[in-house]
Amino acid sequence: MLCDNCGKNEAEVHLTQIVENEMATVHLCPACAAEKGWDEPAKKLPLDAFLAQMGQAAMSDEEATIAGPCSYCHTTVDDFRQSGRLGCPHCYSIYETQLRAILRRIHGSTHHLGKVYVPPASTQADRSARLTGLRRKLQRAVEAEDFERAAVIRDQIRELETAVDV
Amino acid sequence: MIHFDLESMPDFGLGWLNASGPSHDVVLSTRVRIARNLQGYPFSVRAKPSDRAAILSTVTEVLERSTPLADGVIVEIDQLDERQQKILLERHLVSRELLNEEAVPSAAALIASTREPVGLMVNEEDHLRLQSLMSGFDPRQTWRVVDSLDEELGAELPYAFHHEFGHLTSCPTNCGTGLRASVLIHLPGLVLTKEINKVLQGISQVGLTFRGLYGEGSEVVGNLFQVSNQTTLGKSEEDLIDHLQKIVAQVVDYELQARSILLRDAPNVIEDKVWRAYGLLRYARALGFDEMMNLLSGVRLGLSLKLLSGPSVYVLNRTMVFAQNAHLEEARDGSLTTSELDIQRANYVRMALTEAEPSAGV
Repeated sequence: MLCDNCGKNEAEVHLTQIVENEMATVHLCPACAAEKGWDEPAKKLPLDAFLAQMGQAAMSDEEATIAGPCSYCHTTVDDFRQSGRLGCPHCYSIYETQLRAILRRIHGSTHHLGKVYVPPASTQADRSARLTGLRRKLQRAVEAEDFERAAVIRDQIRELETAVDV
Repeated sequence: MIHFDLESMPDFGLGWLNASGPSHDVVLSTRVRIARNLQGYPFSVRAKPSDRAAILSTVTEVLERSTPLADGVIVEIDQLDERQQKILLERHLVSRELLNEEAVPSAAALIASTREPVGLMVNEEDHLRLQSLMSGFDPRQTWRVVDSLDEELGAELPYAFHHEFGHLTSCPTNCGTGLRASVLIHLPGLVLTKEINKVLQGISQVGLTFRGLYGEGSEVVGNLFQVSNQTTLGKSEEDLIDHLQKIVAQVVDYELQARSILLRDAPNVIEDKVWRAYGLLRYARALGFDEMMNLLSGVRLGLSLKLLSGPSVYVLNRTMVFAQNAHLEEARDGSLTTSELDIQRANYVRMALTEAEPSAGV
């Protein structure tokens, strides 16, 4: 079997990963495996490779050219693709569109359903501002008939309302 | 906070060894960690030494006031020699990422409570990794301990949080809850009855994943598997914990069934296997790590099936930790070659088993 990456050499490294119900195997020659850091099993998989195993590219070239670099930490799309790591919290805003697609592929969702976090310095005014924003989002979700998302936002509003009362 | 030294606290972080937790004859330990980052700093991969130092001092200052960690210990990784770092790794108290074998990053630290099984890594892949490790199978309690530390820290430290994506992490595979819950589970019954692949495949299909003893990319040795949640976003913390609890409880049931089938259908084969494992451990003069782990698995199975009356599960757990390379070198206070390590390992195991001489079961 030939290497999935270069298509020239015989594949000797075979990696299988199963996420949700999807199983995918990547076959690589030792040189390409070394290049991707897979010759040493303890190393983390680069994001592109991780997603490649699920038969998906992290992002299309077209997507990649329209965003970044991050104005705060200067992380570029290429940095992200190579390391699989974002540089700072601000990157999540810069690459928001691309990340939404990536998160959906990794987690099957883009919406945090865990605890709602209220930062320590937040004043009553901050919380009210967030509530207003969330109510607007809820309105939009209902209009778009995205009820799954609406339910999420409604819960976030409830939690935040409780937090304000305390 | 006290600065840590290995001499004064030999049992540091090893509370889980005592096999006091639920289902401890199948599940060795339960671990929960959550990833958090602070607002206003780049993630670790981009952080300058000054950022890292600021993060560590901010966190320690807040922890001085926190309930479980006010009198905890702090271990600054770059203050330790290589062997001491490996000891922490062998105790599963730090990750490879925190040690970063190529160049130990500045201000990387482990902070741990001396009273509760809870602590955190600072300046790992994420600024904070809050973690707890407990004996046996107890995801809910383990989560509660981490959650309460998170509530305390989060009330004073501004975390990087996004209204849609939740807690922001350096790697998008961790964002949302940032929560990874895992159990270290011993499945010799399923391996011997050849049911293991079916079970592991089933695990993967319900959003859980499995790894070897040392986490990502490590080999499975001694029939020990680490099972954890695969995704961190789109489910609440309670749902992730409950799901792991539910699925692993099923795996524990399958394993116990497999063990009783083995005992019913091949009692002589199993009894022979268990006593051979015991005999080799008790008398061998050189033991490789993998070999020792596989033999310990046999003895662990024998204890659970009451084919042996000793050593205790505690002795087995303790041996698993203390007969690892860095621990053996620390005990001899010098570096050892592979063959010297194997000899020292066999010595350690013989001593441990002699102190806990068993008698044949019924």
